[in-house]
Amino acid sequence: MELVVFVLASGMVLAGAFGVVVMSNPVHAAMSLVLTLFGVAVHFVAMEAHFLAAVQVIVYAGAIVGVGTIGLVAAAILRAKDTVERQDALEASGDSNIRLLARNLFQDHVFAFELTSVLLIVAVAGTVVMTRRSTSPSENEDGGT
Amino acid sequence: VIAAYVPTSTWYLLLAAALFGIGTTGLLVRRNPLVMFMCIELMLNAANLTFVAFAMQTGDINGQTSVFFVLVVAAAEVVVGLGIIVSILRRRPGATADDLAEMKG
Repeated sequence: MELVVFVLASGMVLAGAFGVVVMSNPVHAAMSLVLTLFGVAVHFVAMEAHFLAAVQVIVYAGAIVGVGTIGLVAAAILRAKDTVERQDALEASGDSNIRLLARNLFQDHVFAFELTSVLLIVAVAGTVVMTRRSTSPSENEDGGT
Repeated sequence: VIAAYVPTSTWYLLLAAALFGIGTTGLLVRRNPLVMFMCIELMLNAANLTFVAFAMQTGDINGQTSVFFVLVVAAAEVVVGLGIIVSILRRRPGATADDLAEMKG
């Protein structure tokens, strides 16, 4: 049974990865990437990393769909907000993997965890500033030409 | 007979190596900035798979915590990188990595 799961998920991962490299249309490549990410999530479940599997599907696959199809930064931020709610729902179920991970994350690595919040704030603020600035000159360029 | 084969961490490491190789190949071969970005995501996922495989092998939860941090950093990377790519493509539609050679010495 575990072997079947491993083979099927590995097929998903490798086929998706191959598709990312081969597909000429970036949207198709993004869909292949989603296939790979779901395959990796299946592997996470098989390795008893349930929380990471859920995060992988919600954050990663969701954000990459945003990259490939919409191409807007706002999508990634919305998905990130969605994750927090799902985390609460998962934690209520009392999974031991999540308890272990939470204890490790919030006791041993709490400083690094706080630093990631700084990183995310800086990244989001920097992107907003960057895209704002690039908006006005490019609009002027379009008007000029 | 089939049930006797239970996937060990070595199998996952081999899969992660293959995934990383495909991602590297794509990064070197493709010229579309968005697709190059996706290939970087493939390589990050290979690293995550390795982290979780070793966490399973050693029974240490620290590996899974590392994957959590990789996910966070990857999210920040996607936000910033996508902002750069969008602003480049807005200025020059259809630009490839070969076109962005102003800094070439």
